[in-house]
Amino acid sequence: MEERNYICTACPMGCKLIVRMEGDEVVKILGNRCRKGETFGRQEAIAPQRMLASTVRVPNGFHPLLPVYTKGSIPKRKILEVLEKIRDVEVMAPIKAEDVIIANVIGTGVDVIASRDMPAKN
Amino acid sequence: MLIKKQYDVVVIGSGPGGLAAAIDAKKSGADDILVIERDVELGGILLQCIHNGFGLQTFKEDLPGPEYAQRYINEARTLGITFLMDTMVMDVTSQRRLYLSSRDFGYLEVDAHAIVLAMGCRERTRAQVRLPGYRPNGVFTAGTAQRWVNVEGYMPGNKFVILGSGDIGMIMARRLTFEGAHVERVLEIQSYLSGLSRNYVQCLEDWGIPLQLNHTIKKIMGKNRVEAIEAVAVDEKWNFIPGTEEVIPCDTLLLSVGLIPENELSKKAGVALDPVTGGPFVDEHFQTSVPGIFAAGNVVHVYDLVDYVSMAGSEAGRSAAEFALAEKARAARYIPLVPGKNVRYIVPHKLDKKALEKGDISLQMRVTRPIEEDVWLEVRGDENSIVRRSERYVRPGEMVTIVLKPKMAAEVEKTGKLTVDIYPKSEA
Amino acid sequence: MEASVQEKYDYIVIGGGVVGAMIARWLSRYEGRLLLIEKEADIGMGCSSANTAIVHAGYDPLPGSLKALMNVRANPMWDQLAGELNFPFERRGDYVVAIGEEELPLVEKLLQQGIQNGVPGMMMIDAGEMRSRERDINPDVSGALWATTGGICDPFQVTVAAAENAVINGATVLLNTKFEDFIWEGNRVIGVKTNRGDFYARWVINSAGIYSDAVMHKAGVRPEFIIKPRKGEYFIFDRAEVQIHNVLFPVPSSRGKGILVTGTLHENTIVGPNGNVIDDKEDTSMTKEGMDELLDGAKKLIPSLNLRHSIANFVGLRPMGNGPCYTPGINYNNDYVIEVPSSVQGFVNLGGIESPGLTSAPAIAEMVVDLMKDAGEEFVAKKDWDPIRPGRPRYAHMTHQERKLLCDMDPRYARVICRCENVTEGEIVAEIHAPVPAHTYDAIKRRTWLGTGRCQAGFDMTRVVAILARELGVSPFEITKRGQGSEYLYRTTKDVEVANVN
Ligand SMILES: Cc1cc2nc3c(=O)[nH]c(=O)nc-3n(C[C@H](O)[C@H](O)[C@H](O)COP(=O)(O)OP(=O)(O)OC[C@H]3O[C@@H](n4cnc5c(N)ncnc54)[C@H](O)[C@@H]3O)c2cc1C
Ligand SMILES: Cc1cc2nc3c(=O)[nH]c(=O)nc-3n(C[C@H](O)[C@H](O)[C@H](O)COP(=O)(O)OP(=O)(O)OC[C@H]3O[C@@H](n4cnc5c(N)ncnc54)[C@H](O)[C@@H]3O)c2cc1C
Ligand code: SF4
Repeated sequence: MEERNYICTACPMGCKLIVRMEGDEVVKILGNRCRKGETFGRQEAIAPQRMLASTVRVPNGFHPLLPVYTKGSIPKRKILEVLEKIRDVEVMAPIKAEDVIIANVIGTGVDVIASRDMPAKN
Repeated sequence: MLIKKQYDVVVIGSGPGGLAAAIDAKKSGADDILVIERDVELGGILLQCIHNGFGLQTFKEDLPGPEYAQRYINEARTLGITFLMDTMVMDVTSQRRLYLSSRDFGYLEVDAHAIVLAMGCRERTRAQVRLPGYRPNGVFTAGTAQRWVNVEGYMPGNKFVILGSGDIGMIMARRLTFEGAHVERVLEIQSYLSGLSRNYVQCLEDWGIPLQLNHTIKKIMGKNRVEAIEAVAVDEKWNFIPGTEEVIPCDTLLLSVGLIPENELSKKAGVALDPVTGGPFVDEHFQTSVPGIFAAGNVVHVYDLVDYVSMAGSEAGRSAAEFALAEKARAARYIPLVPGKNVRYIVPHKLDKKALEKGDISLQMRVTRPIEEDVWLEVRGDENSIVRRSERYVRPGEMVTIVLKPKMAAEVEKTGKLTVDIYPKSEA
Repeated sequence: MEASVQEKYDYIVIGGGVVGAMIARWLSRYEGRLLLIEKEADIGMGCSSANTAIVHAGYDPLPGSLKALMNVRANPMWDQLAGELNFPFERRGDYVVAIGEEELPLVEKLLQQGIQNGVPGMMMIDAGEMRSRERDINPDVSGALWATTGGICDPFQVTVAAAENAVINGATVLLNTKFEDFIWEGNRVIGVKTNRGDFYARWVINSAGIYSDAVMHKAGVRPEFIIKPRKGEYFIFDRAEVQIHNVLFPVPSSRGKGILVTGTLHENTIVGPNGNVIDDKEDTSMTKEGMDELLDGAKKLIPSLNLRHSIANFVGLRPMGNGPCYTPGINYNNDYVIEVPSSVQGFVNLGGIESPGLTSAPAIAEMVVDLMKDAGEEFVAKKDWDPIRPGRPRYAHMTHQERKLLCDMDPRYARVICRCENVTEGEIVAEIHAPVPAHTYDAIKRRTWLGTGRCQAGFDMTRVVAILARELGVSPFEITKRGQGSEYLYRTTKDVEVANVN
């Protein structure tokens, strides 16, 4: 049996989790102070997930960049690939918060959406 | 847009603290609300905090900073609150007068029945000050770098060392990595992390950025631009441990060594500050030591979660509205006493209408010129005469008194001002 | 600026410190084409902007030295100078404070020296009096010398104002222009070679500060003269926390005037300088040892001073020369050199202009003109010479009414860029387009005092870089802190192919 240590990031408490593994399977999670921690620990051990926030270019925007984020978490190992995708995108203002910027980014099933309204340059 | 001379509630700062205060002041019945923001847009520091982690309490969602701010901005806009952007509050008096410097409206004077201070905080720079070495370019606070990278779209360096394990520093470490820069090291002089452990995991550990506790900077190298820093380990008293020096080549040093409430304005208004927090002393309604001046958010003490800033802002806004309404009602009870024909001045200058119900009130005055014949002394309301009595003469050297009686209260109640005339009966 | 650049001048001044600027201002009274060259991106980046800012009374220099002569002659010139050039100056007086009875005789000796130098308005005050004038003074104070003619100024403003007045009267200032060698015709200097080409003139004046030895050696003058930098380090304190209004000197030692504690015209308190001789003329780095030395020194005068309240530090290098004493027969080897050497024609040579060089600058300028006259230069006064350099509005120091008028005239003054020092966009733009323009962040900072407050530029920096880029019509990547090599920005975001993961 293997024991892995994680810090739960599901809330600011930051519980120190111990995840007991039997091969690829989670058998026990210790140290969490709530249910969210259990979900987090399981996921972290099997397929870690992260939210991602970055920016995309808005050539005609009030600011040159529009902040964007993934509407849910995506597999951690896909982050670099998503970042690359985001880097290639250019959008035109005006934009409203939560407008979809990239739908189903690289097939993760998660949309990249705008974090704020972005008026056009006056 | 017209800027009025008088507002019920003026909020200084449009960060989450200020926005929540304005929204709740409006909902609590204050009509005229003005939010003043020195930046060109609303939202405060959240606009550059593009990472997620905001709003878990308030919205039960994991939102990035701009989105959290956007929701409050939208609500405030639908409520019809007045916003004045690109405008800096230069001065506030304890009498709640504000002096504003506004790109679009010039230099303005505005009065408020209540004020909410929501100026947020600024980043500490002190640690850098006692660092020996040159003063090259390339030493920035993490927040300055954050604005450049996230809002203006520029990279202020390629190879970074970060001093301090505060949240902004760790978040910037990841952000810079995502933008193709190298973050060589995060150094922390204390034996523990100063930010949240979730940020350590997501920002440093995930991306293999080394954190060294009990370490600080001994020297900055480079004359025009940072070329390297010399890191060193410290003992528990923060003394350098000889022999542990390490030169780390880099072109930029970011400082993430804490925040301090921004209270220059509060001091001008005579608000008493707590030397420990650096912010105003407040009661449970977030009222400061100056009546009618409230404070909310990072201006009071540095919060680590924005949700609590919004909660504090709401409470301050409600209390400010309550204060403003009471103040307005009190102000509305007063009517001015206006010197009319041949009257130079009257004391008192204004009258609380309700006070007349409790007893006599004598008005004392002097005339502008001697009148050596029978005269009328007359107090007039807007429409009709309220009281008139006669005198054989009046002279500037001799004070004249007219008494208002409780039985006149009903007449006084109806009027917006009282005028006193003194004139010869021959002219009546 | 570039439009007026020519090849031929009558006078070329090397070095845009306070001395060079003052010489240029004095020469601009006369007909003739005048050029001032400065190797850095701004004038006054040498010790003229990193010193104690004191206009000395004149009791300190050795009687008989040129330092004493210049100091005492220059001190009374400052009131008129400040009036004409519109820079901040206050005659606050200064104190040399004796701590413990044993220091009292040394202070009395200074008084005598001052009388010998011809300094007016000095007196001794007793310990009680000193305590009442400075409540935080060391309780062991035993008395003090009070010199009423001592003053403080903003030395950088003085330098800019003098140079601008010269420009207003027709002079050209070339920045980023480094003297490399002389151009000769026999034993006559007829011009200078620089990194930006050759410029010809009938007279060249060496006021290159710490590099004046190198310049004079190129002219073959005084090969034995060398300048040793003596490093002076300083701390600046937060005005909200530390308020010392007076100028307080300790009793001087063999190593100089000692570490003083003094108020500045910006109402900050500064502590410094120490004085260690070093080799590297570019070494303006702050040392750990220096910091300790400063604190010890300052605590001798003001024991309650706490380093926690320091907000910045700076370093100045004194250009200490080995010139012999002006009055022959006196054994003193650090005097000023101000001469028209007999071996070279068309050359005025200055060297070793260390403290009280700021104070002395107007008298030095006057002496330079006199020496040139003695050497046969026939000056013709300009009929339309304008002694006034107009001041520019400083928002922070204005009344509400004045601000209102200014903002109505130009809305850029209503936009506050530096929140600590209340510096506006209008002021920044005015400095960028001034007679001696400010093209770097530090140039704006020294002129407006922006970014010097508690947040040390954390807020204004991104905005100032954007304004500079806009006004100069260049990309933000070209904006520097203090000249080439000190750029702020490297590239835009998004233009790197892949994230660099360790
Ligand atoms: C660089 C930085 C990064 C941060 N990152 C995080 C984070 O990741 N997560 C988190 O939870 N918290 C973060 N914080 C803390 C964050 O500041 C608070 O959570 C929250 O934004 C504070 O809200 P506030 O309304 O008190 O202040 P702010 O958001 O700072 O708003 C204050 C506003 O007042 C305006 N103002 C100030 N003075 C004047 C004046 N004289 N006249 C007119 N307007 C004025 C300012 O321009 C500003 O818009 C960060 C703080 C900083 C400084
Ligand atoms: C720590 C310290 C404290 C002091 N305190 C005081 C005080 O309180 N009161 C007082 O009266 N005096 C004081 N002084 C002295 C005073 O600062 C100097 O005497 C004065 O500033 C000298 O001015 P300057 O123009 O000769 O030199 P600088 O200011 O050094 O100017 C020389 C200029 O020449 C330029 N230059 C050099 N070489 C070249 C070249 N090859 N080509 C083109 N340009 C060149 C340099 O870049 C520089 O800008 C102090 C000095 C120091 C260092
Ligand atoms: S386990 Fe629960 S309480 Fe602990 S950090 Fe995770 S979410 Fe927070």
